[in-house]
Amino acid sequence: MQDPFWQELFLTVRLASTTTLLLLAIGLPMAHWLNQRRGPWAAALEALVGLPLVLPPTVLGFYLLILFSPNHWLGSLWEGCFGRSLPFSFEGLVAGSVLYSLPFAVQPFQAGLRGVPGEVLDAAALDAHPLQVFWHVRLPVAARGILTGAALSFAHTVGEFGVVLMLGGNIPGQTRVASVALYDAVQSMDYETAHRFALVLLGFALVALTSVALVQRRAGLLS
Amino acid sequence: MLFATGLRAGESVALAAAADLTYCLNELNQAFEAENPGIEVKVSTGSSGNFSAQIQNGAPYDLFLSADVRYPQELIKTGKAVGESLFIYAAGRLVLWTAEPERVDVSRGLEVLRSPDPVHKLAIANPQHAPYGRAAQAVLEAAQLWSQVQDRLVIGENIAQAAQFVETRNAEAGLIALALVMSPRLQNVGKYVEVDPALYPRLNQAVILTRKGAVNPAAKTYLDFLKSADARRVLDRFGFRLPAPAQSNP
Repeated sequence: MQDPFWQELFLTVRLASTTTLLLLAIGLPMAHWLNQRRGPWAAALEALVGLPLVLPPTVLGFYLLILFSPNHWLGSLWEGCFGRSLPFSFEGLVAGSVLYSLPFAVQPFQAGLRGVPGEVLDAAALDAHPLQVFWHVRLPVAARGILTGAALSFAHTVGEFGVVLMLGGNIPGQTRVASVALYDAVQSMDYETAHRFALVLLGFALVALTSVALVQRRAGLLS
Repeated sequence: MLFATGLRAGESVALAAAADLTYCLNELNQAFEAENPGIEVKVSTGSSGNFSAQIQNGAPYDLFLSADVRYPQELIKTGKAVGESLFIYAAGRLVLWTAEPERVDVSRGLEVLRSPDPVHKLAIANPQHAPYGRAAQAVLEAAQLWSQVQDRLVIGENIAQAAQFVETRNAEAGLIALALVMSPRLQNVGKYVEVDPALYPRLNQAVILTRKGAVNPAAKTYLDFLKSADARRVLDRFGFRLPAPAQSNP
């Protein structure tokens, strides 16, 4: 049988990469849209995106548990379409993580996209479709902000605990990610396993944040 | 659906188990997997109340090994579990345990808890959703200690966490499941005395097949295993009271 330690780490990486990819797909257009708008709706959406920064994870976990439940129309719609319920599944964790890490993606994306000089855009807009401008001009210049957002989303998803515990239900191979496995190991007084997880997670967080700092530093030197 | 599951190679059964089974399940599952090679057992342990709430919300467990009977019955009522499968596999026992016998003389019984010296902190499981926590509260109330210990209680999310508070000596004593204290991990740690069973309602522990588990043949196999002599031997070794054998062959 597979060593649960590696199984749980692999699951963590799988959750974090899936979440990061989805956040790139959702977060970039959202950041672009938010940067374009000045109205109260944009401000409201911006606040909504930022909520997970200050909200206890239990609030999000609680609401998602109710929304995703088969007793709720949203949960039963999902179950009707895919034949399985969303809470206590990997897909459910992905959904929770995308929401929970949204600000860690969107805010750096916004900062990155804002850094594109207006005259460059004006010049490009003369003979290109807006989508082409976004793809060929904005994105490359905003690369550092995007890289930072992606790295932070990944790291923040790895560091998740409360939402995962409430929404995931601690199921081996499905929802028992490293942070939850560590919690479990401590409760069963298996401190050796707890130390292994803690050390790996600590090391990973340090590497991730150092990479982000390096990217930021280089951005600062160049501009 | 039943047909498809039966054909699938590499069957598995997902257990949601009360935290007092944390260590006992290692040995139960070893015995089970020896008898049923090819069936993988996936275990999650925690408080029975939490699991019950999760199953109500659609958690994909096949079997729920509760630390009481009430939660499985609630699941039957809401149609999340199969009524006929309910079976009392064991009854839990509560002990007063310390990891520092040189400071806390548990042979004095519950009286040792009356003053804050030497027990500054007393660990129990959460009475709101952990059956052992409810038993602990009943004991402390019966011994007229509940109000005295109020500001000294530390509440574990489940009984294993309460035991962990004691093991790390963050709490000088705890009202803990005998099955945890008798585990290989803890049997040489500190000292315990059993709490008079007359002080708390019997901790009958029931197992139940969830609606999802009802279509998983491996779950039925595990349920039968729990009634077997092999399983009873393991449960007995971990200090559980056992139901009369007649009950295991209805």
